[in-house]
Amino acid sequence: MSTEAPHLILSTSPFLKRPVDTPTIMRHVIYSLIPVMLAAMFYFGVSALLIMLVCVAGCGFTEWVFEGRGPLRDSPIKDGSAIVTGILLALTLPPGLPLWMAFLGAVMAIILGKVLFGGLGHNVFNPSLTGRAFLQACFPVALTTWAPYGDLGRFLALRGDNLSLPFLKPQFDAVSTATPLAMMKFESQPTEVTNLLLGSTSGSLGETAALLILLGGGYLTYRKFLNWRIPVGIFATVFLFATLLNLINAEKYPAGPFHLFSGGLVLGAVFMATDPVTSPVTQKGAWVFAAGVGLLVVAIRQFGGLPEGVMYSILLMNAFTPLIDRVTQPRIYGGRKKGES
Amino acid sequence: MTRGRLIERIPFPDEVILPLSQHLGAPSKPVVAVGDTVHRGQLIAEACGFVSVPLHASVTGRVTAIEKRFHPSGRPSEAIVIACDPTSPQTLYEEGPLQWENLATPELLATIQDGGFVGLGGAAFPTHVKLAVPEGKRVQFFLVNGCECEPYLTTDHRIMLEYTESIFLGIRIILKMLGAEKTFIGVETNKWDAIASLRDQIPADLPCEVIPLQTKYPQGAEKMLIKAVLHREVPSGRLPIDVQVVVSNVGTIAGIGELFAYGQPLIERVVTVTGPGVHNPSTLLMPVGTPLSQVLDYCGGLTEEIAQVLFGGPMMGSAQYNLQVPIMKGTSGILCLTEHQVLSRREYPCIRCAACLDACPVFLNPSLLGSLARSGRYDEMLGLHILDCMECGSCSYVCPSNIPLVQRFRVAKGLLREQQAREKVAKEREAREQQERAKVGGDVQEKVGSK
Ligand code: SF4
Ligand code: SF4
Repeated sequence: MSTEAPHLILSTSPFLKRPVDTPTIMRHVIYSLIPVMLAAMFYFGVSALLIMLVCVAGCGFTEWVFEGRGPLRDSPIKDGSAIVTGILLALTLPPGLPLWMAFLGAVMAIILGKVLFGGLGHNVFNPSLTGRAFLQACFPVALTTWAPYGDLGRFLALRGDNLSLPFLKPQFDAVSTATPLAMMKFESQPTEVTNLLLGSTSGSLGETAALLILLGGGYLTYRKFLNWRIPVGIFATVFLFATLLNLINAEKYPAGPFHLFSGGLVLGAVFMATDPVTSPVTQKGAWVFAAGVGLLVVAIRQFGGLPEGVMYSILLMNAFTPLIDRVTQPRIYGGRKKGES
Repeated sequence: MTRGRLIERIPFPDEVILPLSQHLGAPSKPVVAVGDTVHRGQLIAEACGFVSVPLHASVTGRVTAIEKRFHPSGRPSEAIVIACDPTSPQTLYEEGPLQWENLATPELLATIQDGGFVGLGGAAFPTHVKLAVPEGKRVQFFLVNGCECEPYLTTDHRIMLEYTESIFLGIRIILKMLGAEKTFIGVETNKWDAIASLRDQIPADLPCEVIPLQTKYPQGAEKMLIKAVLHREVPSGRLPIDVQVVVSNVGTIAGIGELFAYGQPLIERVVTVTGPGVHNPSTLLMPVGTPLSQVLDYCGGLTEEIAQVLFGGPMMGSAQYNLQVPIMKGTSGILCLTEHQVLSRREYPCIRCAACLDACPVFLNPSLLGSLARSGRYDEMLGLHILDCMECGSCSYVCPSNIPLVQRFRVAKGLLREQQAREKVAKEREAREQQERAKVGGDVQEKVGSK
């Protein structure tokens, strides 16, 4: 006979848990962004590094202030989502942006994008894009002033007035160039797709190296942390729509591949649109969402006043997510098929 | 862990504890008294109505008590305790094959009920009730569930390898009873040896086919099995019989085979004892009523790191805190988990990652249901089909935010069921009152009208 009964735990089933938890997922998202971050530093030198550090610090700090000191939970920064928000925000910013603006953007990303809605999981809009939209609204000039890309040789050179003090008018004109999309839109001048793929163009920190972003996305898909339907759907829609326009008027509308790899599309499609919190949970919904983003991106780029529309497209579709979720509930096992009642 | 090991019979225990309630339905009624000598296989408690089964002595010995004992459900419950006679050869009370060829369906059903059979997969629903085809229904296919109901368990796997003949005898009898066209045995592809051995031994005249199935929890759930094998879905809130199918677990069929071949009622069963918390995991044949502690001793005892002992599997089993509880008819496995396996983890907010939606076998939206349950909005959950949740636990298992989804759903379902029952009662009462009022009201109105 077993002597004394050992100390046994009573609980209800299931007793086992998949070892993956939310912080693990966030950690892997960060890993997958490392190549993109390195590329940003390669092209934009120390400016990129500074902006990324400031954004992560800003998001982390804000999260800590609003969530971490609450009495109920112990330090929710540990879930890592604020760090991801910071990195992604940084990747959407131009390298020459004054750091104080970047910091402000990071703070607002957390406050407007998350805290106001009740924290992680309850927000409607992607926090990084919310922060970026805020900045764009406040400082339209600074946010659309793009430094030319460089290489490691110029690592230490700042790409703009990073260190300007708050509210002083920074000097922009010296080094600015146009992004491929702006060149296309305003001067009808296309850029080679290979340059777009490799990132040797001007643009925001993470807009440049499409290949590396795809690599990160591929890794996350492989680990099942990313819903591949969303980027695939966006790419397909953008490509089809752009090709259609291109067939109508090749002069005015660039071909599909240009659209795919220019601007923030790849970054947005792989890392922002797939933010699980703000995209639909149903598989059908993911396709609808992706198609919506794709259509809006091309429409804004071609018919709107702005050269780039990824940010607004995603934010707009974020707003539709609850609705999409509601109408795309899967049919349950043994439930009635659509149409029957 | 235990899949390659032959089924061993453990020595007869000193004492067996046979709870009167080992099945779903009414508890059985004792027909023996304290002090009586009983023989292995002898009836000791009879069924109490149709949804109930009798109980048989699982060892030869003397009844020492009929009293409340610890029951695996957590509540003490009435049980017959038999002290085993160590000198007895433990032969069967009435040994010998039962003849069945000339029996009609009702007689066969009665024989199965008299054998005390319940579903051995875990739910312990009386088998004869399941096999009884209601008036006006027809059964086209008989499905044999050879999918282990949960990860870790290997009971069914071993039974398919070692009781093949009994399984086919059982199938033959049940096919006759049901008047079904054909039998399918669904087996997961991680048991190729079982698939091969079954296929080799199918009698030529038996309309029976083995269907290999994907190894995926909860493949062993009835509704999943029907879909995987026959591509039919049982409509929400209905039973398999509504799609002309009857399902039974392979262990139960083997038991019925044994009943007709040797006259042995359900007095012993095969149990997987496994998990890192026990020294020698094995698959064992033991008398029903064997105390858990005795089984664990036979397996070398629990290890130092033991944290939880479960009856059943990791996804739907139940935790035990007293090692004196008996093995019951429905106990398919004993799982011993260690500390690091069961560490409670911190809950994070739902990040809407959709992992639970992908995992849910009945395609519910556990993410949304979870947040509704959390805020107590049970009524809204009803519209999202919470009552179709089969409590398989897959959602809780995959959730990266460690949200106790199924745990909350159980509470919600319980409350909703209660509420529905209450509403029904209230509605009936109201209808009655209205009738009465209509009578009285008529008089009142007349008076008012005349004023
Ligand atoms: S327990 Fe979870 S996964 Fe299983 S049926 Fe219910 S909701 Fe779906
Ligand atoms: S698995 Fe958990 S975190 Fe993911 S959507 Fe479901 S409930 Fe939310």
